[in-house]
Amino acid sequence: MDKTISEKIISSHAGRDVYSGDIAVVDVDVVMAQDGTGPLAVSQLKKMGFEKVKNPAKSIFFIDHAAPSPRKELSNTHAVLRQYAENAGMVLSDVGEGVCHQILVENFASPGDIVIGADSHTCTSGALGAFSTGMGSTDIAVGFALAKTWLMVPQTIKVNFNNIPSKGVYAKDLIIYLIGKITAEGATYKTLEFSGSFTKNMTIDDRFTISNMAVEAGAKAGLFESDEITKRFLKSQGRGNDFKEVFADKNASYEQVIDIDCSMLEPIISMPYTVDNVCSVSKIEKIKIDQVLIGTCTNGRLADLKIASDILKGKKVNKNVRLIVVPASKKVYLEALKEGIIEALIESGAAIQSPGCGPCVGVHQGILGDGEACLSTQNRNFKGRMGNPDSFIYLSSPATAAYSAIKGYISDVREIL
Amino acid sequence: MAEQKNTTQKILKGKSFKFGDDISTDLIAPGRYFHLRSNLPELARHVLEDADTEFVRKVKQGDFVVAGRNFGLGSSREHAPIIIKLAGVGAVLAKSFARIFFRNSINIGLPVLICDTDKISENDELEIDLSKGIIRDITKNIELGFKALPDVMIKLLNDGGLVEHIIKNKGFNL
Ligand code: SF4
Repeated sequence: MDKTISEKIISSHAGRDVYSGDIAVVDVDVVMAQDGTGPLAVSQLKKMGFEKVKNPAKSIFFIDHAAPSPRKELSNTHAVLRQYAENAGMVLSDVGEGVCHQILVENFASPGDIVIGADSHTCTSGALGAFSTGMGSTDIAVGFALAKTWLMVPQTIKVNFNNIPSKGVYAKDLIIYLIGKITAEGATYKTLEFSGSFTKNMTIDDRFTISNMAVEAGAKAGLFESDEITKRFLKSQGRGNDFKEVFADKNASYEQVIDIDCSMLEPIISMPYTVDNVCSVSKIEKIKIDQVLIGTCTNGRLADLKIASDILKGKKVNKNVRLIVVPASKKVYLEALKEGIIEALIESGAAIQSPGCGPCVGVHQGILGDGEACLSTQNRNFKGRMGNPDSFIYLSSPATAAYSAIKGYISDVREIL
Repeated sequence: MAEQKNTTQKILKGKSFKFGDDISTDLIAPGRYFHLRSNLPELARHVLEDADTEFVRKVKQGDFVVAGRNFGLGSSREHAPIIIKLAGVGAVLAKSFARIFFRNSINIGLPVLICDTDKISENDELEIDLSKGIIRDITKNIELGFKALPDVMIKLLNDGGLVEHIIKNKGFNL
């Protein structure tokens, strides 16, 4: 019987043919946790009596959410991760390396893999054709210990992104549009498989943005087929040999097929307090902003920073706005430096922070004040997300964010394109 | 805040605390308390604080969180179900749950029940028979069913959670 991408990958890791609805214990290729979820995974590992992990070369702790540490309690939990990683021979990605999901795609996740991580946006690696999904600390502790997990094989919703979007509309707009259409629980327990003519014209960074936000529709995974674009990316990371062809069978069965004509879309934002609360920028009243964040595992990659700097170059950030830019990884940061992107951003008035999650999760580096509004390129805008329940978060593409930073309110970037 | 106790007992009794749709893990375990994740009893003093500031003060051992759609959406932080359990909550009832939160709850032994919560009001006296799959709203004198868990999750719950399952079976035995 023909299979979806999820059914194929899970079958190959279960050692038998499985289809949506089946339960399978599977081998996993990559396992990770970050500094918010890792310490609990360590205590669960110890409770189960594991001082070592099954596959240390692909077991990773990331210190990225509170990096560098803003307070002693977190410095102490960072020490727990460093210590366990050293004893177990695991990989430690420490302060300054960047956000877990970006480093996974740069160095660890490969097409056809099963990747599990104690972070909901682990679905990002789906852009490479890996079945990659987020779980909690206990599941991940078991994943570290045994290099196995259990999964229910998900049903799949196929999303066809057709036709080329018009100017000012980016991957972020497409995925926000989709979530608005199917709602924040429209894909719960399911895989979103992204296809359609436009996927062949996307950059790999576009694909990362889209897969990253699959979980905002509740999805377990957000998958692309692997192709020349995937291959080129892996080669650029010195991992050409990790390429493998991953695709769905022709007659695979889908729970639903959604066709989106990208040429009809406009720049779009998510309004407080849910990602599916969407509105076209052209339809909103004037929304004043106090802070703009460009970065995170959703939109902190080279293509994103370049789009922002092209808009901000030679201009000044509005005097009432703080613009914070956080490159997603050290590699991205260095490339952006080489290309003059960082310089242009700084000249325009941006504050650049070291690679990591930055203010996204409300721990440090840009907590909002009471009543303040932030336009962010991150993936969620829940109440309190950026550290203050009395503030407001709007989500947009890097282009909309950069242009709005100049204007001081959420603005339609098509005005200058 | 109430003391923690074993939630595997079959009949649960308590009062209902109502919440709306889309209660995110940011509302349950806010990021601004990130540093308290290594001190769960302290973190539990802030559980659901951004959704209902009075909740922690009022909740008693065995009470229920009763919510709308998509409870627990957002991050994978297992601290969210853990502190709900630590605060004394006997079970979470909702119309639907986000996937990771649901799985985490089973792993740590917090009953999560899918049912028509519109029928339950704030402060209703509830009695839940986990093995028979019945929720009795004593205040309203009605009975509600809830969706049965998948077999694999019942197995995990019966073993006392995932960690205990792995210790007992020296690996997966699902
Ligand atoms: S950048 Fe934000 S969404 Fe991404 S992993 Fe970090 S905290 Fe999570």
